[in-house]
Amino acid sequence: MSQATPLAGCLLVAALLFSIGLAGALTRRNAILVLIGIELMLNAANLNLIAFWRYGPHPEALTGMMFAIFSIAVAAAEAAVGLGLVIQVHRHARSTDLDAMNRMKG
Amino acid sequence: MSLVFYLFAALTLAGGLAAVLLKNTIHCALALTVAFAGLALLFLDLDAQFAGFAQILVYIGAVAILVVFAILLTRSSETPKDGVYSKNWLAGLAIAAGVFAVLAWAVLQSAGGLPQGAAATPAVTVLQIGNALLGRYVLPLEIVALLLTAAMIGAVIVAMHEKERAQR
Repeated sequence: MSQATPLAGCLLVAALLFSIGLAGALTRRNAILVLIGIELMLNAANLNLIAFWRYGPHPEALTGMMFAIFSIAVAAAEAAVGLGLVIQVHRHARSTDLDAMNRMKG
Repeated sequence: MSLVFYLFAALTLAGGLAAVLLKNTIHCALALTVAFAGLALLFLDLDAQFAGFAQILVYIGAVAILVVFAILLTRSSETPKDGVYSKNWLAGLAIAAGVFAVLAWAVLQSAGGLPQGAAATPAVTVLQIGNALLGRYVLPLEIVALLLTAAMIGAVIVAMHEKERAQR
């Protein structure tokens, strides 16, 4: 990198973390690990928000920080509902293998 | 960029990679916790103290514990015999690599237009954050409170469904 500004470094780290999470969500068979991949992607987005807040022109307006805090709260709700669904699917199908779940009908 | 930033970034990325690659699901959850901790450290390094501690409380304190509980309840900690990766893992890997290539290209192309150098450290106190949350952002705050309540009730209802059906 010819010009390694701090903001570009943060954005690259976030892009790499997002891609790792995407790869995990797309390649793993276990439903819980797919959720883990989604959590990593959400966290990468939060890192972007915080980095833009820190290096943007108006950090005192707190916009990016607020966005990140609300995003964390929404991600917590998403994790609770998602893991509840995984537990229910496991009760129903006796498995969390996503490749085995190929029927819409129970 | 300082050495500290590189250290925290390496910790986060190593945790994320381990969470995605390891075979044992419990180990994946622990590696996920390491990635969350690395991100919290990155937030603290970026002078976002409140977001960093919220990250530690919510992700390490709640989400990681939830993931471990879900793994134990679904007994998916033993490694399946036919591999941990999906049948079409190659396509998934290619898509992820393509997404990273596009994102990195976009960041590097626009690096000249991004704000240069380190801005002055923003002096943000918790008082200011509280004032903003209960002033300008009070409506989103109430909506998030409603969303969290609905999600909690919804998760309980989803997870309780089986017993009800068995009684019928």
